[in-house]
Amino acid sequence: MSTFSSSFSTAVDLVLTANPELAEIVFLSLRVSVSAVLIATLVGMPLGALLAIRRFPGRATIATVLSSLMGLPPVVLGLIVYLLLSRAGPLGEYGLLFTPTAMVMAQTLLVLPIIAALTRQILADLHQHYDEQFRSFRLSGWKGIQTLLWEGRFSLLTALLAGFGRASAEVGAVMIVGGNINHVTRVMTTTIAMETSKGDFSLALALGIILILLVLSVNVLVSLIQAMENEA
Amino acid sequence: MRDKNVLHLVHDISSNRSYECDLRSSSGASGILPLELTDVGYEVAGQWLLSDINLKIEEDRSTIILGPNGAGKTLLLRICHGLLAPSRGSVRWQNPSMAHSASAQAMVFQRPVMLKRSVRKNIEYAMKVCGIDPASRPHQLAAALEVSGLEKHADQRATHLSGGEQQRLALARCVAINPMVLFLDEPTAHLDPTATRQIESMIASLRDSGTEIIMVTHDLGQARRLADRVVFMHDGKVLISAEAGEFFNNPKSPEAAAFLQGNLLW
Repeated sequence: MSTFSSSFSTAVDLVLTANPELAEIVFLSLRVSVSAVLIATLVGMPLGALLAIRRFPGRATIATVLSSLMGLPPVVLGLIVYLLLSRAGPLGEYGLLFTPTAMVMAQTLLVLPIIAALTRQILADLHQHYDEQFRSFRLSGWKGIQTLLWEGRFSLLTALLAGFGRASAEVGAVMIVGGNINHVTRVMTTTIAMETSKGDFSLALALGIILILLVLSVNVLVSLIQAMENEA
Repeated sequence: MRDKNVLHLVHDISSNRSYECDLRSSSGASGILPLELTDVGYEVAGQWLLSDINLKIEEDRSTIILGPNGAGKTLLLRICHGLLAPSRGSVRWQNPSMAHSASAQAMVFQRPVMLKRSVRKNIEYAMKVCGIDPASRPHQLAAALEVSGLEKHADQRATHLSGGEQQRLALARCVAINPMVLFLDEPTAHLDPTATRQIESMIASLRDSGTEIIMVTHDLGQARRLADRVVFMHDGKVLISAEAGEFFNNPKSPEAAAFLQGNLLW
């Protein structure tokens, strides 16, 4: 118990004094996760919109695959990205393995199905509701999609935050493709795993506190967005 | 071309009085009517829900499509408005390019569909996507709010309105667009008598300003109050298309006679 209390006290101290090592890890974690979510949003939202609104052969299969990929184990995804980026892999010549770019790629692939599948569901519901009215207005496809995106903006933002929550809490894939190299690819989750295995709980707890605060902030933000939607 | 900015006598449903309002006038739907349906049929899973529909809708100001539930009235309305394509036959407007422009036709659905925005923004959106001249939009918005009695709700979220108010907003959008032809699919089906009276008053105002009304109902009283012409349907077929007086006084089919007498048809 005394070990826990002293570790906790040191952890709080690390957070309050903005320890440089801690700050570096937190900054890299946020950089990787935010980049991954942005890329996944740029690809996933149009893909989700396309699946929600357009009818084309293979649409149902793609939607099913996307939904299934939402539950993809991160370590398996990490392994696949590792094989792609390793020297013998098809992308080996770019030398991306054990770099933050590799971690962004892994997290993007992890988050993309979540954002695309949630976008598809949100927009499909809206499309079903507004379809006849839009056709009555003689709205073209793109104008209709623009309106749907605006009408569903609060729900879509929630989907985006769900993706961010998933990315920031992920450890398996980034550990495999990033290698947890000090000052290069060490992020919050991989540091927590490493420090715990070393029995040094202070830094692990400090990062744990920040991670919990981050996840709590995301959830508070989701609640605020939903409240805003109800009041808008 | 239709005249604009002409004073019209309209019925203010909020105060239950008539007054002159600067509602756009229309010289009618003569540019796009008649609408002619030839041998129209509509099939779903091998079953013909509409068959052998031959109908000419001319400029009668108010055409009511009447009939029991399941007669195919709503299907026919959706085909006329272009929301559904017939499985066979043809639907022809006199001037197709004009008829299919965004502001030539509008439709009010049984359950109004509102954007999650304010009343004002719902009307503004409809005017924008239907290509109403930006310069005339503020004037049209004011007229629509006035005629619908929704002025005091202008900044309220549309989805927070009551069912009757939402339906008035759906009609207010049409007032703002001022279509040549307005399709209405049982717009008072879920409303109480007060809300029904308000909606009927708005429909009458639109009709009087020159918009051609084509409305589906199974409410005989409503048909008597609003119809200039009646199209009677039963079992996926048009049995009668006649002047309202002629239809109500001397129905020329046993099904229509039974329907007018309040007997059950199926």
